[in-house]
Amino acid sequence: MTDAPEPATAVEARPKRPRFRIRNTLETGIFIVFILVWAIFLIGNPRVFTGFHIYYSLMSTVPFIGILALSVTLVVVLGEMDLSFPSVLGITSWVFATTFAATHNLLISGIAALATGVACGWVNAILVVNIGIPSLVATIGTMFLFRGLTNVVAAGNGIALSAARGHFLYEVAVGRLFGVIPAQAIWMLGLGVVFWLLLNRHRFGGHLLFVGDNAESSRMMGINVNRVKSLAFIQVGFFAALVGILSTLEVTYFWPNQGTGYLLTALAAVFVGGTSVFGGMGTILGTFLGALIIGSLEAGIVAIGLTGFWTQLIYGAIITISVSIYALLMRRPR
Amino acid sequence: MTESATPNASELLKLRGVHKSFGRVKVLRGIDFDLGSNEIVGLVGDNGAGKSTLIKLITGVHRPNSGEIYYKGERITIHSVKRSRELGIETVYQERALGDQQTLWRNMFVGREIANWAGFIDVRKEKRETERLLREHMGFTSGAIDTDSTVMFLSGGEKQGIAIGRALHFNADLIILDEPTMGLSLSETRKVLDFVGDIKKQGKSAIVISHNMLQVYPVVDRFVVLDRGQIAASFPKSEVTQEELSERMVRLARTGKIA
Repeated sequence: MTDAPEPATAVEARPKRPRFRIRNTLETGIFIVFILVWAIFLIGNPRVFTGFHIYYSLMSTVPFIGILALSVTLVVVLGEMDLSFPSVLGITSWVFATTFAATHNLLISGIAALATGVACGWVNAILVVNIGIPSLVATIGTMFLFRGLTNVVAAGNGIALSAARGHFLYEVAVGRLFGVIPAQAIWMLGLGVVFWLLLNRHRFGGHLLFVGDNAESSRMMGINVNRVKSLAFIQVGFFAALVGILSTLEVTYFWPNQGTGYLLTALAAVFVGGTSVFGGMGTILGTFLGALIIGSLEAGIVAIGLTGFWTQLIYGAIITISVSIYALLMRRPR
Repeated sequence: MTESATPNASELLKLRGVHKSFGRVKVLRGIDFDLGSNEIVGLVGDNGAGKSTLIKLITGVHRPNSGEIYYKGERITIHSVKRSRELGIETVYQERALGDQQTLWRNMFVGREIANWAGFIDVRKEKRETERLLREHMGFTSGAIDTDSTVMFLSGGEKQGIAIGRALHFNADLIILDEPTMGLSLSETRKVLDFVGDIKKQGKSAIVISHNMLQVYPVVDRFVVLDRGQIAASFPKSEVTQEELSERMVRLARTGKIA
C-alpha cells in the first residue's frame, strides 16, 4: 500500500487569478494592434487613408482570406491544422467554372462547387479522424492531392466566366451594394457574426473548445469527439468552396493555381488574431481583425511609401511580435 | 459475501457473481457487492486488485463476462456510459474530466448544455445555475471564483469540487469517485472530503476508490477491500479504529488475508 504523493507544504501556493479573462485580454490586444497598424497607415499617408478608394479596394480583396481564416479558426480551436483549404478552393473553383461553362446556371454551379468542397473536407475528416493521421500531415497530402487534381483536370487552362455578370446570384456574391460596397465584404461581416455565435453560443462551438482542450475529458463527458472533429474539417471544405465561388466571380475567371496565395495569409490571420495552436481556445473577433491586418498590410506598406520589398519583413514582425505577446499572456499557472 | 451492515435497508446497487477477464487475465473473480442508498463505501485495494475494472463495470465502460448487476432492483442489461448516466450513475474521474482552459459554466454543462432547438446555448441560464451551485452546494464563497473563472486557475481540490458538484447537479444517485484525493495537499484533501460529505447530506450514495484508507476514513460508512480480483473484506467503519485499519491493510498486503 503506497501513500498518495503529498506536497509537503501546508502553505497553499495559489496562483494569482487573472482579473481579466484570457480571451478578453487577447481580444483587447489584437484590437490595439489593429488600431496601431491603421494609425501608422493613416499618419504615413493621410491622403490615401482618409479617402474611400483604399477601403473599397480592401473590401473587395480582404474577405477572401477573411472567410477562410474564420473557417480555419474552428479547426485550430480543436488543436488541429488544415493546410489543404487553398487546394480545395482550387478544385471547387474549377468545378464551379466548368459547371457554369456547361450550364450557364450559377445556382447549379454553386451547389456543385459547395458539394465538392464538402466532399474534400470529408476526405480530410476520414484521414484525420478515422484513419488517424495527424492533421498537419494528412492535409499536406491532400493539399498536393487536390491541387494536383485541379492541375490535371484543368490542364493548365483558365476558364472565363464573363457571362455570369449581371445575374442575380452574381450580384449576391460579389455585386456592389449601393454601387460602392462589395458584397463579399458583407459576406465576411455576416459570416463573422455567424462564426462568433457558433463558437461562443452554440453547443457545437462549446464542444470544439472542449475537444481542443482535452479530448479524453470530452469523451468522458459524452461528447462525440469524432463527429465534432469531422464536422470541423467538413465546414472548412464548404467555406473554401464558398470563397472559391466568390473569388472566381470577382474576377470572372478561373485559373488553376487559384487560392495558392491564401494559405499562409489566412493562417497568419488566425494566429495574429490570438487563437492558440494548442487548441482549446479561439477568438473569432481576433481572427476577423487579424484578417483585416494581414489583408491590408501589403496595400498599406506600399501606400506609406515603402517598396514592396518591405512587405514580408513587416508581416514577419507583426506575426512574431503578436504571437510572442499571446504566448506570454497564455502562460499557465505553476 | 452477504452484507448486513448497510445503514439503510434499501439497496441501490447489487453485484452478484461478477467475473471479468481481459484475454487470459482474470481481473475480477466472482464479485458480490452491495451498496445501500445513502451509503458511502470506501473501495480500497492495492494496485492491480481490480478496483478500476470493478468501477468500469458499474459505469458501463466494460461489460461483465458473467454475473449480474442490479441497480435500484432492476438488472442492468445495456452496458454503456450513456445508459449508466441515464440511470443516475455518475463518475468523477481521477483526471476529473474538466477542460482546463474553459470557464466554470462551460465545464458544468459540457455534453449536457441547456440549448434551444437550434443548438444555441442559453448562456445566461447556465451561468445562473453554475453560480447557484457554486454558492449553495459547493461552498465557494470567495469572490475570486465566479462562473467565468477558468478551471486552470483553480486548485486541485477546487477542481475536484467542481467535478463532484457537476455530478450532483445532474441528479446522480450514485457517484463514483476515482482516487479523489490523489496528489492533493492536506488542506485540499480536506476540502474534497467535505464535498464527499455533501453527497451523504444530499441523500445520495458514493463509492470512493482510494488506496489510502486513512485518507477517506472520515467520510465513509463502510470499507470494502478488494484483493486480487476478489472481495477480501467488508466491514463498517464503526467496527475499526484507524489504527486497526492500517494494521489490517499491512497484514493484507503481506499475507493476502484480512483477519
